[in-house]
Amino acid sequence: MGFVDSLKTGLKKTREALFMDVETLFSGKAVTEETIEAFEEILFTSDIGVKSTTEIIEGLKEEYKAGKIKKTDDIKVFLKSTMTAILGMPQPFVLYRERPFVVFCLGVNGVGKTTTIGKLAMKAVSEGHSVILAAADTFRAAAIEQLDVWATRAGASIVKHQHGSDPAAVAYDAVEAAKARGIDLVIVDTAGRLHTKTHLMEELKKIKRVIGKSVPGAPHETLLVLDATTGQNALSQAKLFNEAVGVTGIALTKMDGTSKGGIVLAIKKELNIPIRLIGVGEKIGDYQDFIPGEFASALFD
Amino acid sequence: MFASLNEKLEAVFKRLKGKGFLTSGDIDIAMKEIRLALLEADVNFKVVKGFVERVKVKSLGAQVLESLTPGQQVVKIVNDELCLLLGAENEKIRLSPNPPTVVMMAGLQGSGKTTTTAKIALHFKTQGRRPMMVAADLQRPAAIDQLITLGKQIGVPVFFSKEEKNPVKVCRDAITVAKKEARDIVFVDTAGRLHIDDELMGQLKDIKDAVLPTETLFVADSMTGQDAVNIAHTFNERIGVDGIVLTKMDGDARGGAAISIREVTGKPIKFIGTGEKIDMIEPFYPERIASRILGMGDVLSFIEKAQQTFDEKDAEKFKDKLLTDSFTLDDLRDQLSKIRSMGPIQNLLNMIPGFNRMKGVEVDEKQFVRIEAMINSMTKKEKRNPDILNGSRKIRISKGSGTTVADVNRLLKQYKDMKKMMKMFKGKKGFKMPDFMPF
Repeated sequence: MGFVDSLKTGLKKTREALFMDVETLFSGKAVTEETIEAFEEILFTSDIGVKSTTEIIEGLKEEYKAGKIKKTDDIKVFLKSTMTAILGMPQPFVLYRERPFVVFCLGVNGVGKTTTIGKLAMKAVSEGHSVILAAADTFRAAAIEQLDVWATRAGASIVKHQHGSDPAAVAYDAVEAAKARGIDLVIVDTAGRLHTKTHLMEELKKIKRVIGKSVPGAPHETLLVLDATTGQNALSQAKLFNEAVGVTGIALTKMDGTSKGGIVLAIKKELNIPIRLIGVGEKIGDYQDFIPGEFASALFD
Repeated sequence: MFASLNEKLEAVFKRLKGKGFLTSGDIDIAMKEIRLALLEADVNFKVVKGFVERVKVKSLGAQVLESLTPGQQVVKIVNDELCLLLGAENEKIRLSPNPPTVVMMAGLQGSGKTTTTAKIALHFKTQGRRPMMVAADLQRPAAIDQLITLGKQIGVPVFFSKEEKNPVKVCRDAITVAKKEARDIVFVDTAGRLHIDDELMGQLKDIKDAVLPTETLFVADSMTGQDAVNIAHTFNERIGVDGIVLTKMDGDARGGAAISIREVTGKPIKFIGTGEKIDMIEPFYPERIASRILGMGDVLSFIEKAQQTFDEKDAEKFKDKLLTDSFTLDDLRDQLSKIRSMGPIQNLLNMIPGFNRMKGVEVDEKQFVRIEAMINSMTKKEKRNPDILNGSRKIRISKGSGTTVADVNRLLKQYKDMKKMMKMFKGKKGFKMPDFMPF
């Protein structure tokens, strides 16, 4: 199943709820203020946020006043192109030339970090890369065991210490092991943490520093995992994680639900962090590259 | 990051000061701001629409109370209406007349079910009950191990089977064991699932039919966005929900999802999770969530925490000390340890209005530990009369507390400044000493 299909299946229910009204009411009809309001509602309910929605709708209204918007389809075309422009070119997750290539995974509790790592590892292994997972979530009960299961499933190695040990030490050992064994990819799992907890953000900085000491220039990808179900708080998460360790990409998980994850639009707009991939299920293959144009289309078609 | 609704409305109404009534024009402006504030707080679009309509009706013609500005009056109406919508406070978990009481936890992946299960089990254990937990999440890797580990931490037995693939069977067996062991309350931790996953929702219903829970709790992430309405509605419709637990309330999310979930399910919010530590769960108070959604801070929680820690007599004694100028370093240490016992300082500060949006204000908890260590390293005489501290005494204290002489000097300076400030208070007529005053 391709990106669009899986997105569409996921978004089907919401789309039915929202677009039925819009399309049955307005399809093919002349655009009125009411039509614009209906589209404003779609943007709001996609978690795009007050600021971005207001700006996009202002733009739409200007076009409308200028007489450029006549049919409902014109609105769709306008919104799609505006949103695609904000999201920019596709920038999927790629393993560049550095070896070992180090990916540093972070996020708040329960967003799906470990699952995302499992899927990333699986993909890399299937493409012929060797992979080490670093079990640096030493805080949550059984987090190490959970990653272990994924490592086995994916055919990756794992570096782990005791529960409660120093996560930076785990990350360091994993990267050192990768260097020694000539491994291509290291993915560092970290404990979920709320972005507002200063001491936990300090811990992340330390892990990052330690990785950089072992492999200069690493981590090569600092991947923030966001839950598509999350509302406006995702922006705050992105801001604070970015301030702490410099986020280079976003993985948007749980896109197989009815949430649309529109907040990534605001994140791209305000912080210019690209969205690399989306998670569309719990199975190992349920991972897709993020393609802006198709993401925007899936919201409006 | 966000201006609070209160501030926004104050600005809108500034020019209206002194008016006795709110005109419909005033209200329209206010409603626009309220709508945006609620949307910004993640309250669902449709829920906002209905809510704003109700507030508008109530505001029209409402007399502005003498003590309030028109802006405050509208905020009050909004606040009251939010509280009304959020429902009664502190609704408890119903207990079955025929034990064991069975509590089933349900929710999306990552909403915090397993942690919450252990937190509530501990809550009941400390009340003298005999809880048991059931590991019915056979989906997520190592979910069983997680519950077992948590069970060990809190001293609550966990029923599990690593061979069985059918959660319904596990739950049925668990209830039999619970009865045999005379457990009076059983918590069933189910796997996280998407509300639109037909198969897994069907399975959840099967578990429910098998264990016939006294309560089914829907565990929801307080950071959830617009989709909270669909998720909560579907869970309630398909499984039947008796109560709601809001998790991750220790972050900076406004928690508007609480409003959405309440509105679509009509079910009470029974607990809120406020931290990663296993005892961080609290009963629900609507006023607090309402003021949080409106961006007015969680003053009530702060005051309550302070009241728990500083009983009145202590406060009175402390006040006397301040006023009679007999405030010693010992007293300072006592005050600090009380403040520390209220929980992490950052958590406390976050409850203060506006504080969570102040950037760069960070509290170094270690600083408090250092101060305590320094004071503990002093002799009785030194504590009563810090003026006798000369160079060699300071060196001894710094060695004893693992600090430096500079740290000791800083402490002494802070202490002196504090006393100076207190003298100023004393001199002022009509100055009312706060009931609790940290320092």
